[in-house]
Amino acid sequence: MTAFIIRRLMQSVIVIWVMTLIVFFGVNVIGDPVEMYASDLCNQACRQRIVESLGLDRPIFEQYLVFLGSALKGELGNSFRLGVPSLEAIMARLPATIELAIFAMLLTVTVGIPLGMWAGLRPKSIAGRLIMGGSILGFSLPSFWVGLMLILIFALQLGWLPTTGRGDTREFLGLEFSFLTVDGFRHMILPGVNLSLFFMALLIRLVRAGVREVLFVDYIKFAHAKGLHWHRVIFVHLLKNIMIPVITVLGLEFGGLLAFAVITETIFAWPGMGKLLIDSINLLDRPLIVAYLMLIVFFFIVINLTVDITYSFLDPRVRLQRAPS
Amino acid sequence: MKRLVPCALGVLALGWSAAALSDELVIGVRTEPQSIDPHWNSLSGDKQVEQHYFQRLVHMNEFSQPVPQLAVSVEPIADDTWEVKLRQGVKWHDGADFDADDVLFTYQRLIDKVPGAPSAPFHAIGRGNKQFKKVDSHTVHVTTDGPYPTLRPDMGGFAILAEHAASGAEPSVDFNNGKAAIGTGPYKFVEFKSGDRTIIEKNPNYWGDAKTWAPKWDKITFKPITEGSSRLAAVLAGDVDVVDYLPTADVARLKKDGKIVVAEGSSDRVIYFRMHRRDIEPYVTTNDDKPMFPNPLLDWRVRRAMSVAINRDAIRDRVMGGASIPTGNVVPKGFFGHHEGIETDPYDPEESKKLLAAAGYPDGFKITLHGPNDRYINDAKIAETVAQMWTRVGIKTAVSTMPRNIFFTKQRSGGPNSQPYFQMPSFSVTLVGWGTGTGEALYSLDGLVRTYNDLAGHGYSNSGRYSNLRVDVLISMAEKELDDEKRLVHLREAAEIALRDYAVIPIHFQVNFWGLRKGLKMTPQTNERTYGWNIDKAG
Repeated sequence: MTAFIIRRLMQSVIVIWVMTLIVFFGVNVIGDPVEMYASDLCNQACRQRIVESLGLDRPIFEQYLVFLGSALKGELGNSFRLGVPSLEAIMARLPATIELAIFAMLLTVTVGIPLGMWAGLRPKSIAGRLIMGGSILGFSLPSFWVGLMLILIFALQLGWLPTTGRGDTREFLGLEFSFLTVDGFRHMILPGVNLSLFFMALLIRLVRAGVREVLFVDYIKFAHAKGLHWHRVIFVHLLKNIMIPVITVLGLEFGGLLAFAVITETIFAWPGMGKLLIDSINLLDRPLIVAYLMLIVFFFIVINLTVDITYSFLDPRVRLQRAPS
Repeated sequence: MKRLVPCALGVLALGWSAAALSDELVIGVRTEPQSIDPHWNSLSGDKQVEQHYFQRLVHMNEFSQPVPQLAVSVEPIADDTWEVKLRQGVKWHDGADFDADDVLFTYQRLIDKVPGAPSAPFHAIGRGNKQFKKVDSHTVHVTTDGPYPTLRPDMGGFAILAEHAASGAEPSVDFNNGKAAIGTGPYKFVEFKSGDRTIIEKNPNYWGDAKTWAPKWDKITFKPITEGSSRLAAVLAGDVDVVDYLPTADVARLKKDGKIVVAEGSSDRVIYFRMHRRDIEPYVTTNDDKPMFPNPLLDWRVRRAMSVAINRDAIRDRVMGGASIPTGNVVPKGFFGHHEGIETDPYDPEESKKLLAAAGYPDGFKITLHGPNDRYINDAKIAETVAQMWTRVGIKTAVSTMPRNIFFTKQRSGGPNSQPYFQMPSFSVTLVGWGTGTGEALYSLDGLVRTYNDLAGHGYSNSGRYSNLRVDVLISMAEKELDDEKRLVHLREAAEIALRDYAVIPIHFQVNFWGLRKGLKMTPQTNERTYGWNIDKAG
């Protein structure tokens, strides 16, 4: 186990280094930030000042080495547009995104798994068919449109929930969270639902397929034959065995929810990281884009490691060792 | 259980309905400030919030004309010297007195550069090599290289900082946390949370009266809502009181059903087409895709044919939802240097075809029109519509639109034969916009139609490389003329020559829409900004 983790960590360092190359040079190919910041009144002398101020007059390799040097010290440069350290700017947005992602994740799991199991256990029932039909809508409707519809129905027509923003927050462990206040929680509901719909649909189909498959294998039949209560058969024997793919997908999903909730955050003006990323891309805030992508790489590495370790607890057949070559 | 859910949500809804009744204003804005440091950038979204707490020597009023703010007068006393008299009795938010040292400190900060700032408003200081000199505690002399008539709008280009609060402050950071965000304005800075909100509150000790931007609201919150439909939904649902940039497609319906108040104001931003003038253009070809020599865009008849082929009224009615003012000018009405004599070209496809035939292109030719798709109101749609109009008269037009972060770099550089200090644009025909932020024609003509000269800083937005000696001479005469009347004559003549020559083809000025909660009214600004002092309770 320890050897496995150490080996994985070493691989991760290489992955991160390769990513710095791809991300840094990739971002520097697109557009010219000067054009984004110069006003109509800015003549050549003024533009030259911007170039110098942003350090774009230095050769690109020099810029990369400076970046790498400060990255080793844990600094990822100052954001062009915000003028504060990029990492700090991202961290300031992290709580908003994390709470929304966790909320969406909870919705996904608490709604998705039971519905998926129902559809798997009673595939011919009306409810089962409705669930499966609904799940098709869930992942085929664009979340942009669904988000606007949610606002239209629940905020404008019915007036139950606020349209946009984050609402009141309360400090917890030094960070500000919305879910601790009534107003804040009400602001979370629509974006949370919008964010979870796609993954919920995915999860329903995944769980249903798993249930259909496992339901007819020998050990389930044996468990029934042994006279176990159906409760125990389904919630222990069956559920545990369909969890491996579910955990994998949930892990990846969670990374995706954190990193790329761009559309939901934009529509609901949720001050999270996805919104920060898209705003930064629009203004070609190179240091912030680079820092963001580096952080996301780091997240995915950690999440995948966690997923692998979780496997070994769920399924003793999974060994965390080098694969036989 | 199913019945319980709506009930629970209904109970939650009771909590917030009482919020909007007091003298507080919540404004949903398309673009939020990036930084509270007023010298960090020149982006409009930053400036509109900043001007509530930081003030300037000169303020640009709703028609973008300069009026004294922290100065009481800005007058020339010699050909190359202006005297700036500062307002007496103005206090900073922390109680200290405002005087000439603060102005000198601000000047020095901009000259010394703000480290890391993407676009400090240096151009306002740098042009004409301005030197500031303190005469006494409330008088400053500004000397320039020779006569410099546009000093007043330049003084409206940067905020004055408090020396005692801002000296030694870390750029951006110390302003965002409020330490150096000490201004003289009608509102005090309270809090900035990037992506979420910027809050300002009434300054009870404000120096001014009702006429000078006095605070009408106890507290104003700016909330960024980037997405247009969401912004509209927020004001319809009453979550915010005011929103800017209403989506034009919804305006007609909103005006009719009267759920919110719609305020509209013309903008100083003109949308225009630029035809590039190299001998051979990469995106101008014959009908069988061969390069053309000479470049047909160099022919006046072809350029006029392109202008009269555009149905500007149809664009206003069908594309812009009525929200544009068709024009042949680049400087809007009411601005210094606007020329009523320059009329909007009529829509005349027959004349267009005749002109093309007379120029030797009876069967037309092919071009590609490039433009941004996320910068101006309906920019991509305008490009597509005009492309069809041009195709109808024989100029077969393909359209290529792209995000602004790519478009603006390529429209300025990257073309064949580019070299340092002589960049060549990548495109041949482009759709672009231009805002006359200084309220007068000189910068617009200097930037748009004067001969491109990188070292001297002329024609910096003239990427079509239009060049006309008479226009250049008239602009350089206007640039050195302190007498407003004579200057106006030069500017009008330069504009007339350049626009009759189709240096650019203007389409329209944008019209902007704001949505307000019922019971509010506002005076729109030509510079598209939303200010608290422009918003009032109706009746």
